[in-house]
Amino acid sequence: MTDKTTLRPEIMRSALGRARGYGSAKSGLHHWWAQRLTALALLPLSLYFVASVLLLAGANQAAMIAYMHQPWNAVLFIALILALFYHLQLGLQVVIEDYIHAEGRRIALLLAIRAITVLFGLLAIVSVLKLAL
Amino acid sequence: MTLTVPGSKQVQHFVLKGDLVVVQDVREALMQGRNSDGKMVRRPLSPHLQVYRPQISSALSIFHRFTGIALSAGALLLALWLGAAATSPGAFSLAQALLDSILGKLVLFGFTLALFYHFCNGIRHLLWDAGYGFELPVMHRSGYAVLVATVGLTVLFWGIFLVIG
Repeated sequence: MTDKTTLRPEIMRSALGRARGYGSAKSGLHHWWAQRLTALALLPLSLYFVASVLLLAGANQAAMIAYMHQPWNAVLFIALILALFYHLQLGLQVVIEDYIHAEGRRIALLLAIRAITVLFGLLAIVSVLKLAL
Repeated sequence: MTLTVPGSKQVQHFVLKGDLVVVQDVREALMQGRNSDGKMVRRPLSPHLQVYRPQISSALSIFHRFTGIALSAGALLLALWLGAAATSPGAFSLAQALLDSILGKLVLFGFTLALFYHFCNGIRHLLWDAGYGFELPVMHRSGYAVLVATVGLTVLFWGIFLVIG
């Protein structure tokens, strides 16, 4: 344990990491964990969604209102929308960070994805609430 | 001096001044090297996809991304579909008619295929995250199982759809 190398944190860093000198942003695990948690939540929720789609095939608006009037349907749909839009924002973020190297374009795209996710997620939730209430 | 990367546009990643290499961006420090003729080149990024033999592991991995991106568009469609239902009976019957058209059905078929693939391969990824199934034969078997399950679930879904509708 008194080995000198264990006392030098820079030994764990790549040459590039040392050159940039940024250190850890201390937020790497949160993204990874949130992606897995939302994936886990989406397993049962997406099966529920597939069943709902089959039940609502060819439905008119009155049938949609009747369906969302059931509290559990509205709750499960809102839970689905939250997990789905959070999960897809996290996933698209990784895709953009992997392939878009120009910093300005990358930041612009990441912000655009967040804005679109939030707006369409809110549209979906407000619509479910309007049908349910 | 501007250096050329094979198969891409001219890029100015580093400048030669005599024997001195001036790097424009510190990230480029690890990217410079010489080819077998001794000419300065920008090293290609690994993995070198253009010389890789396609494998089921890498193919299923990139499918997971493709289907994820496609399903993101599907989520926007879901929001618009719910929005139409919340707007008016007319808006919703228009949305339903569009989805019921041949083009609409084709798009929905693609989304079910993508959804069931991402669902099954997602379970595979979660099992890896939990530490299971890393042995190469197991990984290949689970990969083929994902493909079979994807087709099976898609056929089951549209079978039920046809029986109900």
